[in-house]
Amino acid sequence: MEQTRDKVIIRLKDVDKSFDGERVVKRLDLGVEEGEFLTMLGPSGCGKTTTLRMIAGFEYPDSGQIFLEGADVESRKPNERDVNTVFQNYALFPHMNVFDNIAFGLVEKKVKKDEIRRRVEEMIKLVRLDGLEKRMPSQMSGGQKQRVAIARALVNRPKVLLLDEPLGALDLKLRKQMQVELKHLQKQLGITFIYVTHDQEEALTMSDRIAVMNRGNLEQVGTPEEIYNHPKTKFVADFIGESNIIEGYIEEMTQEAIEVTMESGKARIEETGYRLEEMVYLCVRPENLKLSLEPVEGFRFRGQVREHIFVGSINKTMVELPNGQMLKAETPAEDELVPVGTVVNVYWNPGKAVVMRTAEEQIYNVIERSVKIEGMTNDQIF
Amino acid sequence: MIKSFKKHLGTAGTVGPTVIWLAVFLMIPLIYVIGISFLTKNAYGGVDFTVTLSNYGSLFQSEYAKVFLDSLLLSLKTTVICLLAGYPFAYIIANAPRKWKPMLVLLLMLPFWTNSLIRTYGWNTLLRTEGIINHFLQRIGLIGQPLEMLYTDGAVLLGMVYALLPFTVLPIYTSIEKLDGSLLEAAGDLGAGRVHVFTRVILPLTMPGIFAGSIQTFIPSLGFFFISDMMGGAKTMYIGNLIKNQFLSARNWPLGAVLSIVLIIITLVLMRLYTKVGSLEDMA
Repeated sequence: MEQTRDKVIIRLKDVDKSFDGERVVKRLDLGVEEGEFLTMLGPSGCGKTTTLRMIAGFEYPDSGQIFLEGADVESRKPNERDVNTVFQNYALFPHMNVFDNIAFGLVEKKVKKDEIRRRVEEMIKLVRLDGLEKRMPSQMSGGQKQRVAIARALVNRPKVLLLDEPLGALDLKLRKQMQVELKHLQKQLGITFIYVTHDQEEALTMSDRIAVMNRGNLEQVGTPEEIYNHPKTKFVADFIGESNIIEGYIEEMTQEAIEVTMESGKARIEETGYRLEEMVYLCVRPENLKLSLEPVEGFRFRGQVREHIFVGSINKTMVELPNGQMLKAETPAEDELVPVGTVVNVYWNPGKAVVMRTAEEQIYNVIERSVKIEGMTNDQIF
Repeated sequence: MIKSFKKHLGTAGTVGPTVIWLAVFLMIPLIYVIGISFLTKNAYGGVDFTVTLSNYGSLFQSEYAKVFLDSLLLSLKTTVICLLAGYPFAYIIANAPRKWKPMLVLLLMLPFWTNSLIRTYGWNTLLRTEGIINHFLQRIGLIGQPLEMLYTDGAVLLGMVYALLPFTVLPIYTSIEKLDGSLLEAAGDLGAGRVHVFTRVILPLTMPGIFAGSIQTFIPSLGFFFISDMMGGAKTMYIGNLIKNQFLSARNWPLGAVLSIVLIIITLVLMRLYTKVGSLEDMA
């Protein structure tokens, strides 16, 4: 199992795409492994759907290459690629019933009639649409249409299934249910899924790996845990889950720790690999942010409790720093609350803060790297 | 009591004008025509008030049957040619860059702002034996003697197609325009090449447009008389000409009325078919 996992089924290499002079995908490099559930996550307009459409063959990259099982697919039309797509609006053929919709691809492949019947029926069972074979798309609910769309794609046994925000049109409850079903389906069939969504919760629930995109750039690729617990950029920290992001710079450094000075205080963090006086962001999840009446070793960081918000199982406490920045701390609902107005010491347990280089530092690093590449101009960097 | 009166007043106020309009301009003339069809022709062009069914009997004379058959055949040919020419036309407009579309539709409609008689005369100057086309072909030495193009059945067909093409193109254009692009992508994604995308998705989904276009071409083409008059030299008689002749030259109003009624019935049957398909489309 682990061996097959290593096989890269889709590779995007230096893929670039512009529409009307606007670069929507910027030098994207991404490898998708066979059998994995990869989610492309990002806000609308980040280039995730365009990337998916390039893999499907509906759009062609301006430059760069896309490999499917090691072969460059540049010259191949969508009908010549071994991938299938589940469209955002389902795109079911309105003049065909459920059976004919699902059978469409098999008819194109000239599969024998009885085999088509067998495979379509098997697929109908799999997505639990038994008895609806003769229904027209107009007579079905959103959830049912979604199942037909998935069945229509999967029946072709594609190497890769591309899903473009397939659950976007469904209501919350149905969406949650379909998330679980899709994940089970993917496990059961072992087909590689590339799933596009702007819903971070959906991405965290379903994915083996998440590729976070922003403004055409790939910000980070990793497992949901990595993305959540070790965001590499401020954008990722901000976009996925809630974060307290505090700006600071490295004032002191020892062999095993850095001391970050912020506008509102200081904190010692056991991290290495930074330069002195480097600007950084600290990212602390609300559930990791602790408040104490007593001073905490390694921290000189105080704020005033402003508000408590009760949200069922937890309490959210808003703490204002001297510079006016609000931090969010989450505590279990049964914990005793610090009264509003109290000045508290803010701290976190070792390893619970993520240190990120600021955008300027990152750009600096990119420039440093790319000046080594010969003949590269500035606008290729940005 | 008062409430229901008010309600009726409201109904009368909104529907009333339409009812009056239809009564004055549709029902009364129609009843008039039906009435005449049961009367006897008068030697001086009017009618005598002697009720008879013999006008309907003359429908079964073979020369009238032939006129109807010729007319239906001509309309059918016109419709088929309009469809074959109009579909690609509509497809090209519908798939043109967005900024060009209004311009292309405008160009399609532009001839309609000119009187159709004048436009038909235009064809005459092109097709005449001493017309522009013959002149040109003789000049470049392709033909020795001028071709007999005007006053042929072919010329009538050409004139009909020319006059009715936009009626075919517009409904087809609308239905292609409405086509959801993601359906075409889905078909491609599922392995269909260009030909199959067309035959399995585009064509069936634009069928309502094709049908509407056909009916909108076929019905008016049945009644056109000036094109066959002007471009066919009245060599072959069509329903439109026949009816016109009965009222204007033969002065047989009752027969003209009977022929009109038959034409109306044919039209109504086709309209019924049209609305039926229309409602089927809504269901899909």
